[in-house]
Amino acid sequence: MTIDGYLEAFRREGRIVVVGASLAGLRAAEALRAEGFAGTLTLVGDEPHEPYDRPPLSKQVLLGKVPADHTRLPRVRPVDAQWRLGSAATGLDLAAKRVRLADGDVLDYDRLLITTGVRARPWPQELEAELDGVFVLRTQDDAVQLHHRLAAGPRRVLVIGAGFTGSEIASACRERDVPVTVAERGAAPLVGALGGVVGEVAAELQRAHGVDLRCGVQVTGLEGDSAGRVRTAHFSDGTAVACDVVVVALGATRNTEWLADSGLGAGPRGIACDAGCRAFDVRGIVTDDVFVAGDVARSPHPLFGYQFLSLEHWGNAVAQAEVAAHNMVSASAERRPHLWMPSFWSAQFGVNIKSVGVPPMADQIMVTQGSLAEQRFTAAYGFQGRVIAAVTFDQAKWLDFYERQIERAASFPPEFTTVDRRPEGRQPVAADFPDPSQPSHGPTVTLSGYSPTDRRVSFTPRRA
Amino acid sequence: MTSVALLRQVLDYANRPDPYPLYAELRRTPVVRDEAGPYLVSTYWAVKGLLHDPRISSDARNLTPEAAEATGQEQDPNLPPSFLRLDPPEHDRLRRLAMRPFGPPHTPRRVFEMHGELAGIVTGLIDGLRGRDAIDLVDDVSYPFPVTVICRILGVPREDETHFHEWADTIAAGLDPVGTPEERAAKMQDVQQARRDLAMYLAGLIEERRRSPRDDMLSALATEHGPDGQMSPVEMITTSVLLLIAGHETTVNLITNGMLTLLRHPDVLQRLRTEPALAGPLVEELLRFEPPVQMLPQRTTLAEIEVAGTVIPKGAAVYLMVASGNRDPQRFTDPDRFVPDRPDNQHLGFGHGLHSCFGAPLARLEAQLALTELVRRLDAPQLVEDPPPYRQNAVLRGPRHLPLTIGGIRD
Repeated sequence: MTIDGYLEAFRREGRIVVVGASLAGLRAAEALRAEGFAGTLTLVGDEPHEPYDRPPLSKQVLLGKVPADHTRLPRVRPVDAQWRLGSAATGLDLAAKRVRLADGDVLDYDRLLITTGVRARPWPQELEAELDGVFVLRTQDDAVQLHHRLAAGPRRVLVIGAGFTGSEIASACRERDVPVTVAERGAAPLVGALGGVVGEVAAELQRAHGVDLRCGVQVTGLEGDSAGRVRTAHFSDGTAVACDVVVVALGATRNTEWLADSGLGAGPRGIACDAGCRAFDVRGIVTDDVFVAGDVARSPHPLFGYQFLSLEHWGNAVAQAEVAAHNMVSASAERRPHLWMPSFWSAQFGVNIKSVGVPPMADQIMVTQGSLAEQRFTAAYGFQGRVIAAVTFDQAKWLDFYERQIERAASFPPEFTTVDRRPEGRQPVAADFPDPSQPSHGPTVTLSGYSPTDRRVSFTPRRA
Repeated sequence: MTSVALLRQVLDYANRPDPYPLYAELRRTPVVRDEAGPYLVSTYWAVKGLLHDPRISSDARNLTPEAAEATGQEQDPNLPPSFLRLDPPEHDRLRRLAMRPFGPPHTPRRVFEMHGELAGIVTGLIDGLRGRDAIDLVDDVSYPFPVTVICRILGVPREDETHFHEWADTIAAGLDPVGTPEERAAKMQDVQQARRDLAMYLAGLIEERRRSPRDDMLSALATEHGPDGQMSPVEMITTSVLLLIAGHETTVNLITNGMLTLLRHPDVLQRLRTEPALAGPLVEELLRFEPPVQMLPQRTTLAEIEVAGTVIPKGAAVYLMVASGNRDPQRFTDPDRFVPDRPDNQHLGFGHGLHSCFGAPLARLEAQLALTELVRRLDAPQLVEDPPPYRQNAVLRGPRHLPLTIGGIRD
């Protein structure tokens, strides 16, 4: 049989297994059907719920505006799939093309897509983590429980880690008028994702909204009462705070343990894949029947020095799922690269924060529009003389322009003036990112790996 | 053909009924100009890019004196500009203050909750046509409807319309960059006088509302304090002048262009009769196909900018030809066809970026309601003449009258 003939047969009657039934898995399944895949499609998910949307869990759900079980993802098209929900994948046999499930079943595939995503990093002291009142926030079930506790009116909430999730939780607490302490090991909230200059603004924002913000401290212990309920948290500076709810927001861990001895190039930083979403094996050889998409994937991006980017971004999950689905059912000449411009948003303390590009790569920052003091601004980030990222606080309308600047590798600092340029926007300053070898809550973009080539590519996105 | 010749033709009244072939000609060079005229930007991506470009200013003070004179954009010495002609941060502050009583985040349901009231106004206007077999859609429905609505929202007595109608028309005509420099200078005198008169009138109303507030926007602007504080008295006046004019000089064209387009596409008209849910996408297509604001002639460059291979120098006058961008085949398949349920219809009809139409949600609702009710209730409407007589204005383009014969009014 010719290879083309194989592809035709595969598209007609092949077997695709998607492990991971959240945003990326669902959108990939829909895209596979849209691409004309008519074979057997199986979706495996460790949670019992149908695919749901996570961004509202730390915002509207905690505020009680939306019930946690009302965030189910809208379906774009019927997927006609066999659903294996509530049954985690536990192993992969690359040679036999077979996935093992926790309930003992095995699923044979012709092509596999891995979209297992990430989970919340738990509190490292297991006994303390088991105290009543100690939470993480990643899943719908987490959100139900946390919302229940917040609604009951706790005396004080402690949020450990001031990344995006931690900051949004603190924001929800304040909006509910619940006293909240935020403990951050770094110098400021969001410092890992946005750097120290913008982190200072985030710190001001938290304090102005009545958050008891403590930076540069670690939580050294959580103490419970005789009934096993959390009562006190101790900090590395010798202080302590009484709290009856603790939310651990220390970033995420990639769900790759089930692949530990599979021979796939999977580890704590995710699963490495090429720009076409094909996974690498441990030898560095790209597979042709295992694809990866979403938070668990890391893939090289030509705009950012071919570094392997792991992105915990909603939009990336959708875009990468669509590319993976297309490539899974296409001949090699028709395959597409995943060249997503990293971007994300956050809503906290009444401010809409948006970002494009890869801020943590930057060495310098310049406030090109607006003012940090007014908490309403656009900042451009520079790396080795080019624009690499931009962040807006309540100025999202300008991001399109900066996205084009990043795509064009425009020079940094920007040579042009703009509307609303203030005195503080005349000179770049150090972006002030913490040493990446000292992870705290972790940024939502991580950079890892490096290719020896550092050629500038011209990258012009196809416009309609 | 040179750009000046093209611009002159676009502005030429004889081409008002159908400027679209001229726009197609323009798009062959995405950015054009000659020695004296403004830079005309005509392709979708170039226009959209500049609408989001922070190097573009709406403030006439950033024009070079030559560019200001050549395009007749001079400062009004008596009254400062409204936020339409300001840049951030002043623009942003004033727009937030004006939005507070009108839309999200502070008043998210304002327009939504006006649905019943708006429908009542349309019903009343159409009821008033009973017994007639000939109507002028503009004078009978398209004009009175949005005027009544903006008067109620702002809190301007409807009966004062006879006063402010002429001032508003004169100010709207001032947007039209037509004529010799001398003619434009004379027109600017009239525009400034009309602005002064309208400002005096609104200043009186604002003072009344400050003393005894009611449930309207003038009262809110005059009495409420938000995180941004309050507008200064002069800012209240310039903002209410802007809202009063923008609130009806544009929507009248949207409704009239809509009915004209439907009468030219009887199959679509019939579809809207039986399928009122089509009104949403149909109005979006209308905003693409026959946008009430054809071009944005009030932009300038804060720095030298390269657009589609052409370098526009600092301080140049730039016209963003949104109606041309809306017909760009690089962006829209079959752009000269009216497709009421066109997918992926990211038109430029309301602009884009920070100056995107303030009243867009209201204009959408007004047009959807008016068109749905007109096709439902007008029996056998027919155009008396096609094309109908147009208003002079090339920027706010639309028929001055739309004479129709009708078989009657349905219930």
